[in-house]
Amino acid sequence: MGKDYPPTIEVIEICLLAGKIMLQGGAETYRVEDTMTRIAASLGIPHSHSYVTPTGIIFSTDGTEPAKLIRISERSTDLYKVTLVNGVSRKISSGELDGKDALARLKEIESADYTFPVYQQILAASIASGCFLIMFLGNWTDFIPAMIAGGLGFVSFIYVHRVVQIKFFSEFIASLLIGLIAYFFVYTGLGTELDKIIIGSVMPLVPGLLITNAVRDLMAGHLVSGLSKGAEAFLTASAIGAGIALVFTF
Amino acid sequence: MFMLTHMITSFIASAGFGVLFNAPKKSLLKCGFVGMVGWFVYIGLVNWQYDAVISSLIAAFTIAVISQIFAKIYKTPIIIFSVAGIIPLVPGGIAYDAMRNFVENDYYTAIQLAAKAFMISGAIAVGLVISEVINQMIRKVQFKSRI
Repeated sequence: MGKDYPPTIEVIEICLLAGKIMLQGGAETYRVEDTMTRIAASLGIPHSHSYVTPTGIIFSTDGTEPAKLIRISERSTDLYKVTLVNGVSRKISSGELDGKDALARLKEIESADYTFPVYQQILAASIASGCFLIMFLGNWTDFIPAMIAGGLGFVSFIYVHRVVQIKFFSEFIASLLIGLIAYFFVYTGLGTELDKIIIGSVMPLVPGLLITNAVRDLMAGHLVSGLSKGAEAFLTASAIGAGIALVFTF
Repeated sequence: MFMLTHMITSFIASAGFGVLFNAPKKSLLKCGFVGMVGWFVYIGLVNWQYDAVISSLIAAFTIAVISQIFAKIYKTPIIIFSVAGIIPLVPGGIAYDAMRNFVENDYYTAIQLAAKAFMISGAIAVGLVISEVINQMIRKVQFKSRI
């Protein structure tokens, strides 16, 4: 072909980094595997194998190079990074980026923080909570209570998660707070329907992405990642449920 | 008026979820649009006395088709649009009712509601998968006819 490819070890590094960013950003398993093999193929390794689970990636080439493993400990949803890595992969395939530039670009993407400012996220969460209340046929009088409960619930989710690195616990605390605030509003007469307020304000915490990704992974044959994502979704859902349930036992 | 309220609120809610999922700024309005169409289909079908499971299936299918078209036009991963779009369909309300009945020791109602929530989330996933399968089939046919 006359094209000089980067050394194999560098290609493996590029693939693993791309896979890691995508998986941490919440991409589907098949997309991560597809991207990794595609990058490898366009950088001169036509036969590569990747095994992606939510907690780790194993990537191996057919040659004598050792297979490499990367551990994923923290997962969140960051679709912007997924889009960026997808763009890098497209550019590698079309030959616009060579190995060295791609690695530099990926490292830049990994270390950068593209998330919206916290206050904007909180604002989005509280407005979405209010809108969900209306969509679930609630009263307009409950709009403001749902906004406040949803916003404060999301705030506590973010800050408790910063202090305690256990997702289950922060979701539990957040939904407990939502339940208490909603109960307070109904008790003081500012809100009318307790159920509707709670459902609306809990929605920003609901693991919708996880549930659909889990079923899609299962149907695509990625049984391990499908089951583990399903387990994560189930844990999240029961954390929320337990927090709300605690309010009702009072 | 009823439909208009629902369309506006679902648009805002889906776009809000786009912010929470950190979707690219340019695609926020498209996320909202996808969510709005999905919810419009769902609430329309439910108002026509269709079952919630079937309505979710059709709405999820619609969302996936629009997301695929958007993904092709804007050259971005499909997940950006489909995730924000399906959020309104997630059976949060039913799951909540199920949980509440569990806590109040009414297991009979609770199990019924939980089964329904499970069916609806399954229907959403099946709707997404069906559109993907059809998309792949179309691509294969196009590929063959080109050869």
